[in-house]
This record gives sequence, C-alpha cells and structure tokens, in this order.
Amino acid sequence: MASRNSYNESDFLQPSHWRRNIWNLIIYLMLIMGSLMFILPLFWALSSSFKSDYQVMQYPPQWIPSPLRWQNYPEALTYVPFWRFALNTLFIAAMAILGNLLSCTIIAYGFARLRAPGKNFFFILMLSTMMLVEPVRIIPLYIEFNKLGWIDSYLPLIVPAFFGSPFYIFLLRQFFMNIPIELEEAALIDGANRLQILWKVIVPLSKPALAAVAIFNFQGVWNDFLYPLVFLHKQSNYTIALGLNFFRSTYTVHWGYLMAASIVALLPMVIIFFIAQRYFIQGITFTGIKG
Amino acid sequence: MNSTSIKTSLRIPRLNLRQREAILFYLCISPWLIGFVLFYLGPIIASFYFSLTEWDLLTSPQFVGMDNYVRLFTRDALALKSFKVTLVYTLVYVPLDMIFGLSLALLLNQKLRGIGVFRTVYYLPSVLSGVAYVVMWMWMFNPQYGLINTLLKYAGIQGPRWLLDPKWALSALIIMSLWGVGRSMIIFLAGLQDIPTVLYEVAEIDGANRWNKFWKVTLPLLTPSLLFNLIFGIILTFQTFTNAFVATNGGPLDSTLFYVLYLYRKAFEHLQMGYASAMAWVLFLIVLACTLVIFLTSGKWVFYRSIGE
Repeated sequence: MASRNSYNESDFLQPSHWRRNIWNLIIYLMLIMGSLMFILPLFWALSSSFKSDYQVMQYPPQWIPSPLRWQNYPEALTYVPFWRFALNTLFIAAMAILGNLLSCTIIAYGFARLRAPGKNFFFILMLSTMMLVEPVRIIPLYIEFNKLGWIDSYLPLIVPAFFGSPFYIFLLRQFFMNIPIELEEAALIDGANRLQILWKVIVPLSKPALAAVAIFNFQGVWNDFLYPLVFLHKQSNYTIALGLNFFRSTYTVHWGYLMAASIVALLPMVIIFFIAQRYFIQGITFTGIKG
Repeated sequence: MNSTSIKTSLRIPRLNLRQREAILFYLCISPWLIGFVLFYLGPIIASFYFSLTEWDLLTSPQFVGMDNYVRLFTRDALALKSFKVTLVYTLVYVPLDMIFGLSLALLLNQKLRGIGVFRTVYYLPSVLSGVAYVVMWMWMFNPQYGLINTLLKYAGIQGPRWLLDPKWALSALIIMSLWGVGRSMIIFLAGLQDIPTVLYEVAEIDGANRWNKFWKVTLPLLTPSLLFNLIFGIILTFQTFTNAFVATNGGPLDSTLFYVLYLYRKAFEHLQMGYASAMAWVLFLIVLACTLVIFLTSGKWVFYRSIGE
C-alpha cells in the first residue's frame, strides 16, 4: 500500500521514473514488432483466402482484397468433401477424449493416492515412454492393426486412448496430489468406497485438469498427421489433416482456395485457444514442468 | 453350511489393508499396464525382431541377421544424407528455439499493462501445428507472390526461392518451425514466474544490475526449464516428419530428406519393413543416448531449488 501511495506525479518526474518509462517504452516497441511478425502469417493467409487467382499475383499486394472473393470458401470446401473430413476428425477426437478421460482418471488416481510395492518403478517407466521415439512403434503397430483387420478404420486411432496416455496421466496425477487428502478421508469414514470417492470427490474438484486433458487431446487429434496417414487409406475416411494434404497436392496453383481451406482447418484450434486459453497454460502449470 | 463357509474363508489368506490397497493400485493402473505391453513394449521388441529380417509384408519375413544394419551404415548414402539433414536441423533449430523462447519469455514476464494480449499473440501459433500450418507457410515462402519475398521486394532485395532452392529449403523449414516457439516460451515463462521476487530484492540490495540479476539469479533458477526444453526439443526434432513431408517431400535434391521421412518411404512406399525397422532402432538408440547423456551431465548445470523453500 505504501508503495502505491508514493507513486504520485512528483515521483513521475524523477530521473529513476524517467528511466523506467523509457525502459517500458522500449519493451512495448519490441513486443509490438514481435507481435506483428507472429500475426502477419495468419493475416496474410486470411487475406489471400479472399483473393481470386488474379488478385493473388498482384504486386504490390492488396492487404485487404477488393473485391472480397467470398466464393473461395464454398468452392474450396466442395472440391473435396471437407465437411466429411471435419466430421471424421471430430468423431475420432470425441472417442479418444472419452477414452483418455475414463482411463487416465483411474490410472492417475492409482498413482496419486494408493500405496503399493513397485509403484515408483511403474511411474518412472510410464514417464519414460513419453520420451519414446514414435517411429520405432509405428511399423509394428501397423502390422498389429493389420492382423486385426483394423487398417482403414478409426480403431487404431481410438482404441489406444482407452489404455491411457502418459502425459495426461502425469498431468492428472500431479493435480490429484494437490487435492487435500482430508476430503477423501471424510468420505471414507462416511462409508464411501474408492470408486465413489473418485467420482464424487476427485472428479468434481478436478474439472480444470480434466478440461486441460480434453483440450490437449483434441489438439493432438486435430493436428495429427503421421498416424492417420499410415492407418487410413480410403478418402472417405480421411481426417482434416489428410484431406488438406490431398487438396494441397491436387490444387497447388489455386492459392486462394488453398488458403480458404487452411483457414477452415486452423479455425477450430484458434477458437478453442481463445475460449480455453487458461487451460493450456494451467495444463503446463499442473505438471510442474516449470521446475 | 456355516462351518464350510468358515473353512473356505480360512483357507484364503486374509488380506490386510496394505495388501488390499496394493491390489487396488494394480487394478487402477491395469489399463495402462495392458496398453504398455500392447502398444509400447510389444511393438519395441517386435520392431527389433523385424530389423533382423527382410520383409515386404506380402511374403513371410526372412531372417537376415545384422544385414540391414550393415547396409544402413555402409551402403546407403541416402540414409547417411538423411541423418545429416536431421542432425543439422536439430543442431540449429533447438538452440534457436531456446534462445527465442527465453527472450520472449523474459519480455513477457514484465509487469506491464496489456501484457496478457501479447502472451496470447506469441503463444497462439504453437497450438496450430499440422498440415494447415505448413500449407500456410508454403504460401508465405512462395518465391513470386509469397509475403516474405514481397516484403523483401519492398526493401529492394530479390528473395531466394526458399523451399524450391536446395540451399535455402532447410532454413525455410527452420523459420517455419520457429513460428511455434510459443511452446518453449510458455515453459520458460512458467519457470520465470516461479522465481521468488525476494531473490531479486536481495540481489538489488547487494548492488546487482539487470545484467547481474539475469546471470546470477534468473538463469540458474531457469535451468530445470532449460533442461526440459532441451530434451523435448531434441526428441521432437529428431522425429521431424509432417513439415518436410508436406512442404518439400524431402526435396529439392534431398536437401530436406529427414531421417523419419526416409524411414517412412522405406516402410510404406518401398515396403522394406525390415530395413525401416533397423532405421527406427538406430534412431531410438541415438535419441536414448542423447537423452541419457544430457540427464547424466545435468547434475552439473541444472540447479534445483531445495524443497521446503
């Protein structure tokens, strides 16, 4: 409080405050210039998505195209069945999120609260799988799923989620450990079993962490390319990433269409990011990665 | 009736609370344990077996011993090239990512009005990985009409052909990936916000200036974040695939033929499952060795604050 009171106008004119203001001004300038560099690619893509083939090639470029060619969107999205691809991806994401939320909650509860010999060993083993090089798994997984007749179905992208994912387990475990154990002890005394505790005490208190898992999982599925590329072949099964790649390889010269399709593919993540930004940040804080 | 049930219950050893808790623990983690065997351990072992065979998926695998490894190390110039591309990319990209990530985090850690808006702007691109991200950047790098060469033209510079020029393609991919620097930035930022302000106050009393405070307080306390970004940066860049597959497909003149891209071709285009598995195992061991070396030397440079502070 005292420091706030001393921050009055006469102080403002003192040399130390001048120096601080100049320092702040420099930082603001650097931040604004940097932001431009980070925003420009998105702005350029958005601007190009409203341009005709002719407008795209103009120099100097029109930053805000006139006329705005809205038709790029409906035209690009019907060249290939984009909505189909989007629905496919949403279905995979929904199932994977369901699987991960169910399995990771239970697994993380075990790691957070129950004591057993061998627990540390398995915990470290689980963490070490996060550092595994994916290509070492992809060939045997392809052969395994091929034997099961799962290639060209969504099962290879969904079923593993029901067995948990190390990062999400870790994230939830860190969060569960911070829930006061007294709450559970009280429920135990009231005669609740572990499953009831998990469902009635832990889950309601862990909504931010569960939301973070769902969002990270959605991001992973939406952006994933290698696994769908290996496991899905028929065009009707394509995810949005495969569809966009197919579109790119067929219509490279029509940059207006290509940018319209890319904007549509980017949009869900941008929207989720703005709605749920704090969960992205919290997700990192929960895991205590910060050290 | 009654006596038999007592007898049977006597035969089953009574579990005490600790044993019951242990059984419950293994029940809880059993999905992960099963998944670990099915999707991690099994595939890794299978992959090693495949690496000792020649297999096109159509006929049954032929055991060939270490042939695939010998071929990989002695007779496959393209594999060596792909390893070099990946190594150069990792050695340039990872340090740049950490320097930019840390610099941005330091800027964004200032207590200024509206800083949240800037954090959002810098972090946003890093959640947008994938094909759309790459396609957008292919347009940015378009030699005639792309934004980068347009801006260079304003400045009177004739820009390179970027992704179409063997000398520039890898640099273009590095610039493309650096747009996602927010991922490491946010980890540094979380680390910065965890440093107690008391330490800076103490340093100020001792007469430290900004420079000293950075080197003597900030950087040592950020070493856990540095370690994390270093290890995950290396693991991720060694596995670079999507960006190269979509943007250049390895070209021009194999200048962006990443190791995993070559591995993918061998496996799923040439159907050489055995050879590709050998490539995967070599990558697995290289990354494992790098990670272990970094971990083992980290005791010398990573500074953990004592617990209970």
